[in-house]
Parts: sequence; C-alpha cells; structure tokens
Amino acid sequence: MYGFGGTVLRINLETGEIRRSPTPESFAREWLGARGFVAKTIYDEVPRNADPLGPENLFIVAPGVLTGSFAPCGSKLGFGCVSPLTNGHADSNMGGHLGPEIKYAGYDMIVLERISPKPVYLFIDDDAVELRPAEQYWGMGSLDLEARMKKDLGEDFQIATIGPAGENGVGFACITHDFGRQAGRCGVGAVMGSKRLKAIAVRGTKSLAVHDLPGLTKHTYDIIQRTKPHPNMEPWQKYGTALFVSWANEHGCFPSRNFQTTYHEGWEGISGEKLAEEVLVTHKACFGCWMNCGKYSRARIPGKPDTYLEGPEYETIALCGGSCGMTDIHHVAYANYLCDNLGLDTMSGGNVTGFAMECYERGIITKDDLEGHELRWGNIDDFEHFVGMIAARRGIGELFSHGTRAAAQKLGRGTIEFAEQAKGMEFSGYDTRWYSAQLLSYCTADIGAHHNRSWAITADIELGQDTPVGKAPVVIYLQHIRPLFDTWCCCRLFWGELDVTPEEHVDAVRHLTGWDITIEECMLTSERIWNLTRAHYLERNGGPGRKHDVAPLRQLEERIPTGPAEGRKVGTENFEYMLNDYYANRGWDAEGNPTREVLETLGLPRIADRLEKLGLLGKPIPGGIPKVRGQKLKPKAM
Amino acid sequence: MRIKVDTSRCTGCKLCQQICTIEHYGEINPKKAAIRIGAEFPEPGVFTPRLCVQCGACARACPEGAIERTGSADAFVLDTSKCTNCGVCVETCPIGVMYTHAAAPTPVKCDLCLKCTEVCNTGALTVVDSPRPTSR
Ligand code: SF4
Repeated sequence: MYGFGGTVLRINLETGEIRRSPTPESFAREWLGARGFVAKTIYDEVPRNADPLGPENLFIVAPGVLTGSFAPCGSKLGFGCVSPLTNGHADSNMGGHLGPEIKYAGYDMIVLERISPKPVYLFIDDDAVELRPAEQYWGMGSLDLEARMKKDLGEDFQIATIGPAGENGVGFACITHDFGRQAGRCGVGAVMGSKRLKAIAVRGTKSLAVHDLPGLTKHTYDIIQRTKPHPNMEPWQKYGTALFVSWANEHGCFPSRNFQTTYHEGWEGISGEKLAEEVLVTHKACFGCWMNCGKYSRARIPGKPDTYLEGPEYETIALCGGSCGMTDIHHVAYANYLCDNLGLDTMSGGNVTGFAMECYERGIITKDDLEGHELRWGNIDDFEHFVGMIAARRGIGELFSHGTRAAAQKLGRGTIEFAEQAKGMEFSGYDTRWYSAQLLSYCTADIGAHHNRSWAITADIELGQDTPVGKAPVVIYLQHIRPLFDTWCCCRLFWGELDVTPEEHVDAVRHLTGWDITIEECMLTSERIWNLTRAHYLERNGGPGRKHDVAPLRQLEERIPTGPAEGRKVGTENFEYMLNDYYANRGWDAEGNPTREVLETLGLPRIADRLEKLGLLGKPIPGGIPKVRGQKLKPKAM
Repeated sequence: MRIKVDTSRCTGCKLCQQICTIEHYGEINPKKAAIRIGAEFPEPGVFTPRLCVQCGACARACPEGAIERTGSADAFVLDTSKCTNCGVCVETCPIGVMYTHAAAPTPVKCDLCLKCTEVCNTGALTVVDSPRPTSR
C-alpha cells in the first residue's frame, strides 16, 4: 500500500505483549488516518462505561495519510482515547516531527491497551519495539525529560513526553514533543499518564512508498514556488499566530480577564510585535512547512531563571495572557513554559486559571484555599503557584484539575455562568458574543469548545455579526473541512492563509496513494467521523443531543462591557434558532439526535441500529434530510 | 558557486532533506539526505544545517578515485560505480558531512544539485557565486 507505513501495532501494557498486523487498505481509505482511525477504533473497542483513566480506555497514536510525505506540511500526528475532560470521544494532534518518524518506522496506528504495572516508555527503532522502564523519568517535567532523553538516546530520535500533570491525571494534561509542540486538548496526556506511559521515543529510517513520486514532487514544488511571494507569507514567518492578537482586540473577540470583556487593555504588551522584539530566539517549523509559524522564545523575568519555550502562540497569549489579565510578553512566555513543563494544556490551563482568578476576585475562593497565596489578575507569581497546585492536584488545585465545568459544579454560587466551556472543554481564545457562528461551533463540537473543529470568526464577519441567520450551514461546512486536516494530517494554515485549496491536498493524496479519491469523498469521510463521534458522545452521556449543546450564560446574556464589541451578546433566542437550523441542516432531528437516514447515507447503518436500541436515534424527518449538508464558504484569512 | 548556510535562519523544516532524497534516490527519506539539520534545544535554540562545502578532502583520500570534480563544475561527485563503500571518505571528512545510511549502498554526498536551495524558504540555504573554499 502506498503512502502508509503498512503496520498497525498493538501493545498490551499490562502483559507487555506486542502484536503487529498489516494496515487494511479499505480501513485506510475509509478513515484516512489519525482522527479518523482514532474515532473508528475508539468507537468500536472501548466499552461505553469505561473509565477514561481506567484500564479499558485505549490510548492511540496515529499519523495520517499525508504525514511524512512531501505534501505541504505533512507533519501531523493524532492521539486519541475517551476524554477524561468531556467523557466523550477525544482526539488531539500535534505537528513537529514525531508523526513522520513513526511513519518512517513503518507504523500507521499504535494502540496501547490496559495499564502498565510500572512506569514505562515506548521505544521504537524501526522494527524494534520495546517497553522500557521509566522509573528514572517519572516526575520529570515534559521539557526537561525530552532534553534528557535526547541525551540518553540520541538526537535522531523524536520524542513525546508527559509532565507531572499527565502522571497525576489532570483533566487537561497534554502531550509535548519537540520542546513545545503539543497535543493539547481533551486530556490525552492524562490518559497517557493513566497507562503509566511516560514517553514515546521513535526513530524511523525507512523510505515512504509513493505511488507517483514525480507527480507528488512537482505538485508540492509548484505550490512552494507559488506561495513564496504570497502577501501573508512574510507576516506569518515573522510573528506566527501571535500576529492575531492585535486583530482579535480590534475585532472585539479577544478574551480579557476570564472573558469579562473582549478588548484587553494593554494588549500591545503581549502582541506578536512585542514577541518578535522581546522574546524571540528563533523561528521554528514543523516537518515540511515553509511558513514556520513556530516561535521559539526566552522569557526573562527578574528574580526568575531564564526559560526557553516554544511560543507563546495566539491561543496561549489569549488564554494565559489576556484571560489571566497579563500585559507583559515575558510573563506570558514564562506562563507558557510553566504549563509546558508541567504538562498542562496552555489553553485549558489559561482558561481555568482565568476562571479561578475571577472566583478569587469575587471572594468565592480565598487565600486560605491557595496555601496563603493570592490569585490576582496578571500576577505571574500567583499564576505559577496556582498551576503548580493544579498539576499536583493539591488542595484546591484538585478541584480545578478537572476543568472549569467540574470546578463550577462543585463551587456552586453561580460560577457555572462564567465558566467559559462547552461539554466540559474550555473555550479557545475567542469570545463569541459578537461571533455567533463561533459560539455555535464551540457548542456543537464533539470535543467541546475547541476552535480547530471549526473557526468561524471571519465567516461571522462575512455573514453579518449581528444576525444568527445563515450561520448553521456554514458552521457545518467548516466542521467538515477543518477537522479533515486532522485526518489527512497536514496543516490547515496553508489553506487558511496561503490559499492552497483542499482540492490540492486531495491531489497530493492521489499522487501519494494512487487512489482515485476526490474532495467529495473526503468531505463525506469527515461527515462520517462527525456523526460517529456524535453517536459515541450520546452513547456515553445519554440523550437527547440537544441537552449537551449548551452555551455559557456569559456568552448568551451578558453584554460586553467595553471595546469595539461593546453591548454585544448572542441572546438565548438567537442561539436556539441557530441550534434548530443546525440540526435541520445536519439531517438530525430537533432534539439533536442523528437520524437513520443520515447515518445510512454515510455508511453507518449499524450505528443507527445501536442508537435505536438505546433510544437515542433521531426521529425521521418529514420530507427527508438535506441532500447537501453544510454550505461551502472559505473564510477569509484575517 | 556554492551553498551558503545561514544557521540563524533555519527553522528545521526538513524540506531540504526531503527534496534531496527525492532527487538522488527517488525516495522520501530524510535520514538518507546529504544534509543534516542539527537541533540544539532547549538551549540555545538553534538549527544547524550541515552539508558538504566541497573542500575535496574526501576526493584526495578516496583509494578508488571515486570522488571527482568533473569539468568546470564546483562539486566533487561520488561515482557510485567505482565506490567500494570502504568508508575512508567518511572518516576523512574534516567536518563530518559525508553521511551514511544503512539502506544506501555508498556514502551519501552532496553533489550541488541545488534542489534544497530551491525549496528552502527562509534564506538558510542560498546559492552564492564565490570561489571554492579550497582548490585541489
Ligand atoms: S529547508 Fe531551509 S529552513 Fe528548512 S530545514 Fe532545510 S535549511 Fe532549514
């Protein structure tokens, strides 16, 4: 089979048994890789009542079809499991160089089962696969460990690690690789830690089998030459995603102080320009990427050691920076370093800390809860102490270690109204009160409020920021197209920023694999995954679907107090309107449950049977489901 | 003509390595490339592309005379039909840029095809018209 490593690896961590089987081509074509492989395998194999941190959950590592190929930024690697944060399907992916390395070692999916009796790391050197003792590494920070393992194993191994947060089962623990690339969301690091798997180290030296190498080479070579002079190239290379900080403030969607407002006083101090001026050490790219959004930095704060980190990128600046009230890029960079080394997702980590800061401001938590420390907006020492408590799950850190939703449920006192989350997943770095399509995206996503499932901010601008009309079909399109990149495993930014079309990515897949695949087939795959993970969520959490697609009250009813979006809110009625529109356009019933008709169209009749048995199947829709689900719109780059 | 390396601009993307093995082996396999990208992390945080500077030390050392500068070209090129894979050139190379790979029948050497400079988008690898670093 062209384009793939050829082998699925299954490792029983409890017994140490290692099994190999050929990757079936039909499976590869139907699910394409990474997110698709994960969704299907987790759905089929993890019992519905399995504890996300227990032995029955699986932990899956999977590159995708374009990983390691000479396609534009074919760098991505997917991780998957059931999420301890949302209790639904989880996948999270990272760039860097590990995905290609796994492919060059010959593997398309590594399924880790059960729990190891002792801390181990997974060692792969081409065909040699071993579980090696990791007691000596247990307790180490993610970044510290990667440096140590590079010394122990050699520079040409690619390594992924977890930090103390992952070992301790923090609901938003991440997996780190390449000194700052993360699979950040859904708590995949906690599941890795629950298996007592501290790290993965891989060296792959094999060549990738390509169906039409001259065709693929010319294809990518031409795209490289075409995009070099693109007007977005230079700013991306210079500032990366941090470029977006000024734009988001000017457009009233930047989270400030736990999303209290959407224009951050002092944002200039944490902008992309400031990053480039003050902390940047070098630009850093993922495998096969020529727009290098990665920024490698050094934080210098008097009284603290100089620290090196990758970032801070936009989301970290928005959530550790804006949402925690910071205005100094060195502080944001240091916060980024702390989270990275502890193994905390900077997005949920920043969001949770901002939420806790608001609880502190309101007197809901006090110094007594914080071991005598305070938790003041913008205070880096307070931030440092608090994230340490979370990673160790110490004292009140335990309460916040399961995310804002779980914390708010325990704290009570109306805190849930300002916990900016959906399905237990903390918001990405965009407030949505002037961006209703983005709110709909967050609340309907299978993994909760993550912008990578569908980023609709510029779509909102194109469709009209003050109307809910026409938003749902576009969100559906975006929910199919954007996560498709997590399945192909190439970076979406070439599409978003440099106008490389999805069709061109499919051309790369065709050259690589020899399949006669089309964009329509890929979009159908994406929709199949979407419905499958929806079913998975419902089977685990009960129905109807609508009761899970819930927005935080702050986004619905609290008017933005300051800035360019002053006075805006989405409004409950508008949100309900969008939900109805969304379900109708998806071919789901009014309760948000997938219908048999749509599931059968997607080749998932057995899932329809299962949902029917469980009373979770959508009622048939009079007049049938829409032929085309979703409406195409390529949002402008910002 | 030679390839100028500016380490401060390299981002570690490995496009150069991919195009290198596509060009020379008809394969995608960065580990077989004639260019290596050192990565010094976490400190000081720098990528160091390392490739042949065409000094000719390997050519002088090769017992088979398999490495030659042909015509007016600036590159010392390895003639794989003459090479016995004895490894002398690899040991001799003063800067350690004659590479080997288990699946490559001979050492891997840059022949100045310049493909890497065509894909590199950061200015880390550029072609400059300048005298050869040493002459034979
Ligand atoms: S293509 Fe350029 S930037 Fe990328 S690794 Fe090679 S030398 Fe570095």
